[in-house]
Amino acid sequence: MQFRGQSVKENIGTSILRVDSRKKIRGEAEYIADWKFDGMLYAKTVRSSKAKAAIISITLPEIPEGYAVIDHRDVPGVNRMRTVVSDHPIFAEKDVQYIGQPILLVVGPDRETLYDLAAQIDIQYREEPALFTLEEAEAHSRVFTDYHYKKADPEKYFHKAERIIEDTFSTGYQEHVYLEPQGMAAEFKGDTLFVYGSMQCPFYVKHALIETLAMPEDNVRVVQTVTGGAFGGKEEFPSLNGCQVAVAAHKTRRPVVMIYDRAEDILCSTKRHPAKIRYKAALDKNDTVVALDIDVLLNAGAYNGLSPVVLQRAIFSATNVYNIEHLNVRGRNFMTNTVPSGAYRGFGAPQTIFGIEMLFHTIALKLGLDPLEYKMRHLLKQGDPTCTGGRVHETVKMPEIIQAAVERSGYYDKLRTNKKFQGIGIALFLHGCGFTGKGESQIRGKIVLQKCRDRVILKVSSVEMGQGAETVLRKIVANTLDLPIANVLCEKIDTGLIPDSGPTVASRTTMIVGGLLHDAALEMRARWDEGTQFEVSKIYEHPDYLSWDDETFRGDAYPVHSWGANVAEVEIDPVSYELTVKRITAVYDVGVPIDERALIGQMQGGIVQGVGWATVELMESEGGKLKQGNLTDYKIPTSMDVPDIACYFISNPYEFGPFGAKCAGELPFVGAPPAVAAAVSNAMGCAIRDLPITPEKLMETGHDH
Amino acid sequence: MIIEFRLNHEKRTIDIDPSARMLDVLRDDFGLTSVKEGCGEGECGACVILVDGRAMNSCILPAGAVCGKSVVTLEGFKHTKRYRAIENGFLKAGSVQCGFCTPGFVMATESLLNENPHPTDEEIKDGLSGNLCRCTGYNMIIQGVRLAIKEGEGLW
Ligand code: FES
Ligand code: FES
Repeated sequence: MQFRGQSVKENIGTSILRVDSRKKIRGEAEYIADWKFDGMLYAKTVRSSKAKAAIISITLPEIPEGYAVIDHRDVPGVNRMRTVVSDHPIFAEKDVQYIGQPILLVVGPDRETLYDLAAQIDIQYREEPALFTLEEAEAHSRVFTDYHYKKADPEKYFHKAERIIEDTFSTGYQEHVYLEPQGMAAEFKGDTLFVYGSMQCPFYVKHALIETLAMPEDNVRVVQTVTGGAFGGKEEFPSLNGCQVAVAAHKTRRPVVMIYDRAEDILCSTKRHPAKIRYKAALDKNDTVVALDIDVLLNAGAYNGLSPVVLQRAIFSATNVYNIEHLNVRGRNFMTNTVPSGAYRGFGAPQTIFGIEMLFHTIALKLGLDPLEYKMRHLLKQGDPTCTGGRVHETVKMPEIIQAAVERSGYYDKLRTNKKFQGIGIALFLHGCGFTGKGESQIRGKIVLQKCRDRVILKVSSVEMGQGAETVLRKIVANTLDLPIANVLCEKIDTGLIPDSGPTVASRTTMIVGGLLHDAALEMRARWDEGTQFEVSKIYEHPDYLSWDDETFRGDAYPVHSWGANVAEVEIDPVSYELTVKRITAVYDVGVPIDERALIGQMQGGIVQGVGWATVELMESEGGKLKQGNLTDYKIPTSMDVPDIACYFISNPYEFGPFGAKCAGELPFVGAPPAVAAAVSNAMGCAIRDLPITPEKLMETGHDH
Repeated sequence: MIIEFRLNHEKRTIDIDPSARMLDVLRDDFGLTSVKEGCGEGECGACVILVDGRAMNSCILPAGAVCGKSVVTLEGFKHTKRYRAIENGFLKAGSVQCGFCTPGFVMATESLLNENPHPTDEEIKDGLSGNLCRCTGYNMIIQGVRLAIKEGEGLW
């Protein structure tokens, strides 16, 4: 079978075989756990067993020859993981703030001996009073970040409102469960440090290493290995375990490899932020929402890390696809003595979009109105102001999207004929493409295209982590240059060989990095005959009609949005209250699909992850300890749980996206949970205010009814 | 303890603690890295191997249990016609994203089709329900199995 590139521009969406799949099917792709280094040592982390405590003493057993203990005193540079807020210690110093916090590493050649040694290390603590829940943190005002923005004159409209409706919604933790657990390795070759591993953002890791190891930039190289899923979980976290193995390699001068098992991964890796969102809606005499007061609370865990930017996306997505004239929005990240929350597909938006979708749904039912018609009254149109006072610059095809979703699913027929315990629900949603606010103009992603006779090498830092980036980016270049895809190759992801095109996050790869590659390929096509070897490079420039003020949060938070509507159909067992999601009809505007099969793969995977978060994926923390510490207790959807999924795409080219493409990867996650919640609400005749929707919760609400 | 077994159709003898996890024996002692560790507790199927033709999670299989048996990993299976059919099915259906679950799904598919060459969709879902995939949402894997069945007609 040949990998073939299409040569006709109009056919960009026609699927090709993924360039990385054969190796993976044959079991020949080498993930970090499959790597071997000469003379390598394994690492085992010793972690805090207390939620908040001072470390009084650490007593080590006798450490045999060839083994070593690494702690904060071995860090040559800054003992903090560099990220948005660089507050997480690489190794704990005098105190610990959550159960699972890394204190030290034991390294050595034999894993069993390591585990024995680690178990013999005796740490004495003096426990201190800790805060665990959002409620406790709010009561004690343990706030990391407090953001606020306003639009027009909400006070006035609350004052003259016909009716004020208040409601509160909440969502729980979610574990990424990338199937490949976190793993990093480090070695020195001469003076140069090489760090290898499973990651989304090689340059984040590189910058973290430069600070923690106090090394010159030129002597640090980060190499991504085949990455077995990430979903945000390998955005900031690899900077932490990457620095730890690097410090160990620095001290021992041997290669050090650290692979987590699942229980350790769940214990200490970041999770989706648990959230609570309070709304106060002012309705005018036509029952239209004219003003909203929104209060978003996120549980950031023990360190703030990149939670501030998660909070930003949460509050800038808070009005979803609706045009609300007057707004008062507050967002706070709270500190609790729990494992830090972090990046996870959707990045704060799934929480607030679930909230507002259920708010509109609930208000409509309260008023005796059809939820979909009620939502449609408030829809954003092209040219409307966004919640932050920017503009909706793009054509908004929501009416077509909604119509397609309604027709394809038979929404209204089923709404009429469904019996009790059967439900159908619809959710509308959007996702802001690329980084929030000034992000893209600050990062200014760079790419290089290199011509080598009849081949072209593309050099980017966007990684393949399962989402299909390599196929999609190569395809964009191949199609533009009219070359077979086999002649367009990606440079290995090694920070020594590639420019920084930014991290692989925020659904920015296809639109931003792919856009740069498309521009470069167009230039290369025009100059093709100039020589057998030359390079074209590009740096991202934000379209100049966009404006953003980071102080006031005014302007275009995102250059453009992708849009969608999902219809979910559910059934609930009347005895056990077990919930089955039967079918999802999904309609999306992602601009123009670059590869339909790859895109549908993203959509289906995102939907199922979203359905998981909304239904079976229950993770609770009690006294700072996670009650679901492994995959036996923390359930994710299996093949038995997946609904029938039908995906449709409405074409809506974006002028700055390659072939018109916008963002896609996070969008499906955002849409499925509120659709499922609306369907459950329809089936049970009650409001759904809390995710996940477990049988226990349904039983309570069902009995209330 | 001395353990004799067949590994990818060759006779092998090793001296090993019989309680060692088969997963570690295969990966560390034999370098068979298609066998992945996703959970280490029998929940994800990334470590599936065939023991006398039946799918087993090697992470919860003690080495002592394979004594006298035939163990096949993807390294051994990938030279077969059946494998070819599965590979083509998975390629064409887009069954693979990050790929970490894929070797386990290939082996589980072989075991499923070995027992039931013409499964219904429900039977496919059931047969693969011990394997987790976080990327695809499963539908495209199920479709991959369907294509494999078509392409490999008569092989199972
Ligand atoms: S690693 Fe064996 S079942 Fe998950
Ligand atoms: S393809 Fe990533 S877990 Fe299945």
